[in-house]
Amino acid sequence: MSNINHSSTSSSTHRLIKNKNGSVKRNELRGKVVVYSCAALIIIATIAITLFLTIKGLQSFIVNGVNVGEFLTGLTWSPSGEGDVSYGAFPFIFGSFSVTFLAALFAAPLGIGSAIFMTEIAKTWGQKVLQPVIEILVGIPSVVYGLIGLTVIVPLIREHSSGIGFSLLAGMIVVGVMILPTVTSISADALKSIPQDIKDASYGLGATRWQTIYKVILPAAMPSLATAVVLGMARAFGEALAVQMVIGNSKALPESITDQAATLTSIITLSMGHTTYGSLHNNLLWSLGLILLVMSYVFIIIIRFISSRRKV
Amino acid sequence: MKKFKSLAIMFTFVLVMGVLAACGGGNENSSNSSNGNGGEEGSSEAVSGSIIVGGSSALQPLAAAAVEQFQQNNPDAQIDVQGGGSGTGLSEVAAGNFDIGNADYFAESKEGIEASELVDHKVAVVGMTAAVNAEAGVTDISKEDLIKVFTGEVTNWKDVGGEDMEIQLVNRPDGSGTRATFNEFGLDGATPAEGITEDSSNTVKKIVNDTPGAVGYLAFSYFDDSSDSNVKKMAIDGVEATDENVTTGDFPIWAYEHMYTKGEPEGLEKAFLDYMMSDEVQTSLVPDQGYIPASKMKVERDAEGNQSDL
Amino acid sequence: MNRRISNNIATSVFILCAVVMIATLVYLLGYILTNGFAEIDWSFLSSNSSSFQEGGGIKNQLWNSFYILMMTMLFSVPLGVLGGIYLAEYSKPGKITNVIRTSVEVLSSLPSIVVGMFGLLVFVQYMGLGYSIIAGALALTVFNLPVIVRVTEDSIRSIPLKQKNASLALGITHWHTVKTVLVPAAFPGILTGVILSAGRVFGEAAALLFTAGLSTPNLNFTNWNPFESTSPLNPFRSAETLSVHIWKVNSQGIMPDVLEIANGSAAVLIIFVLIFNLSARIIGGFIFAKISGKK
Repeated sequence: MSNINHSSTSSSTHRLIKNKNGSVKRNELRGKVVVYSCAALIIIATIAITLFLTIKGLQSFIVNGVNVGEFLTGLTWSPSGEGDVSYGAFPFIFGSFSVTFLAALFAAPLGIGSAIFMTEIAKTWGQKVLQPVIEILVGIPSVVYGLIGLTVIVPLIREHSSGIGFSLLAGMIVVGVMILPTVTSISADALKSIPQDIKDASYGLGATRWQTIYKVILPAAMPSLATAVVLGMARAFGEALAVQMVIGNSKALPESITDQAATLTSIITLSMGHTTYGSLHNNLLWSLGLILLVMSYVFIIIIRFISSRRKV
Repeated sequence: MKKFKSLAIMFTFVLVMGVLAACGGGNENSSNSSNGNGGEEGSSEAVSGSIIVGGSSALQPLAAAAVEQFQQNNPDAQIDVQGGGSGTGLSEVAAGNFDIGNADYFAESKEGIEASELVDHKVAVVGMTAAVNAEAGVTDISKEDLIKVFTGEVTNWKDVGGEDMEIQLVNRPDGSGTRATFNEFGLDGATPAEGITEDSSNTVKKIVNDTPGAVGYLAFSYFDDSSDSNVKKMAIDGVEATDENVTTGDFPIWAYEHMYTKGEPEGLEKAFLDYMMSDEVQTSLVPDQGYIPASKMKVERDAEGNQSDL
Repeated sequence: MNRRISNNIATSVFILCAVVMIATLVYLLGYILTNGFAEIDWSFLSSNSSSFQEGGGIKNQLWNSFYILMMTMLFSVPLGVLGGIYLAEYSKPGKITNVIRTSVEVLSSLPSIVVGMFGLLVFVQYMGLGYSIIAGALALTVFNLPVIVRVTEDSIRSIPLKQKNASLALGITHWHTVKTVLVPAAFPGILTGVILSAGRVFGEAAALLFTAGLSTPNLNFTNWNPFESTSPLNPFRSAETLSVHIWKVNSQGIMPDVLEIANGSAAVLIIFVLIFNLSARIIGGFIFAKISGKK
């Protein structure tokens, strides 16, 4: 590496002597142009995604005259013309939020607990063992989580409840495990950034480790920990295939946690191929996609709000 | 070193640009060759060219198997079989992106498709019936009761002459051809109550097999007659769900598998569709995969669902 | 006494959390590998998948996964590295930088299914690419770009300032400093990040459902001309990747050995993800050792 550094520095000085003015400036400009255009491309991509999906997602309201209120609060979904056409997406919105909150309820304590273990209890070997565990868990593809949910968790729930196994609970467990590493690693980063002197001060006053964690570390890290959980929830909200494989995709509102349900993502993956472009059914699926897009903006705003409080 | 690096960056950019620019060209290329080569060839000779067949995931295995055999006789013919669902098949063939669009239902039944532009080729018939878990104790049901079961009017098998066991419905997604066919001809257009919804026949079969009281619907080919199977065929109004009864029109729940072309087929499209209708496919591949050959039907049905004798 | 008990209880709860997490990973890996290993043999890896019969393999899916991964990296690495350089070196605090930061944040928080829908709308339909490798790779570029941008920015920012100032003091221009000092010094960090992101791209499925498609044409592995339709290199053909295959056989598959194929594919997928993970660690550690050893 230093070898490379050396040779390149010498070649650059060499070059510098050779053509002092024109070419260097041109080079500098060229570099700037390339870098700036890449930065511009990132903005363009974001705008394009937002714009295209918004326009497409609004089609059902503009072209097909779907009532927005009915779409968001209606309880029956029958857009393909069996009997009366209805397009109430509330059960899916409810399903997505339920899975998200339940998964967070599961992942937040476990993740933050593991993060505290890593940063406060077993600082050296805890870090050494858990860091790779987190990285590998993050790396496991979502379809694999779905497959395990399908072959392990669904039969397990079927045996221990009256239902069919495919359920909100199965979706929650699968997604909860999926967001666990995200929550853990961000929480661990937050806890590590707490200054050692605060902790030392607490220990110096004779506080036990638990008292220090509970009274000093957790309050100080609270906004960052909240960010970790919200980021995990954002991931849970958008998860598609793993959820679709285990949740049962019923269009009715679930009556209990072991009842089957559907999420925005599961309905999109399930129905997209069955619809023809430009039909009401197809446009409605794009509107469901628009909800996902809007929600990912909402999650960003929530995170911004939390971190603005952190600075104060 | 520096030179190498800027070269590398330039190279990647050129590649990116080249690939982007080539995309249009590449597509034109393939469609040109399909029109050009395909048109000139006679149907008895080996044909060449390249077409895309896609759509219905139910029809995909049959199409793929037929393509494999077809290519043995026509090594220069390139046929790409894609899935994506019946809706995708119809949309893409209407837009001209697929040369042949596979669908489980009539194009007329879908909005947003100019059905008059498409030419229908009915390559096979699929019969389907309610699939019920053996413990429910019902294997023959009147249509009236079947509708009650699926619309949620009755929720216990004992009300339709079975065991005292809760009914668990297993549905198909909205827009799926299987669902549309079952609703139209099995339930006389009634909207089924909500229940677990799965896209795959295998998953439906597995759920019905594992869950006491579960009922869904499956194509005939998914039933096995072995006694240890928990999944039972339902006879409707005393008519057994068999291929024979479908061909005579006695058993009501069946549908065509369609291959649509935009306008009359030409060249490779025509050669392949002719092959699909040939005895080679109709008497071996079609029944092998659990379909009923279209040629065996003694009745026919139009897009509105009206049935008439042939 | 009381506070000592509560301290001990709390400590055991935290240890339990960590144990649960490690146990989850061990169980997941154990389950996938023990169930999948039995299915993996040479013929599974080297034969075509079957759409309805028993005994299908995953040759094409495996190839497609790598090919799409390569294409995605070809697009996203140069773009992402340059974007990261902008944020680390060229951006001035202000509105535009803010917009770019927000853009990166938005891109990285988009659900992959939304990226897939965008790909379907723009690459597949508007640009007329159809279900193709190139459409899939472009969608995955959107998905991977923010990761590379962040990794690059972080790696460049972690370079000691004096190293950069030394170069600037020699009268070397900014761009030249970036190229000859900063990027080489940040290289280990970038490379590690790129390999880790490769693991994520390799396993991604939702973004590919609507872009690369659910099927693969018959490939002729003796024809390597990318412009021929049967060539494995043809970027305009549809391509089902390994992770899409797992989803497809489970949700639409009609072959009798669905579970065996899914388990085998999952094991192969996990093995490659582990390889990516491990090589990122090894390469990162190796380069780090080399730098710190020589300095």
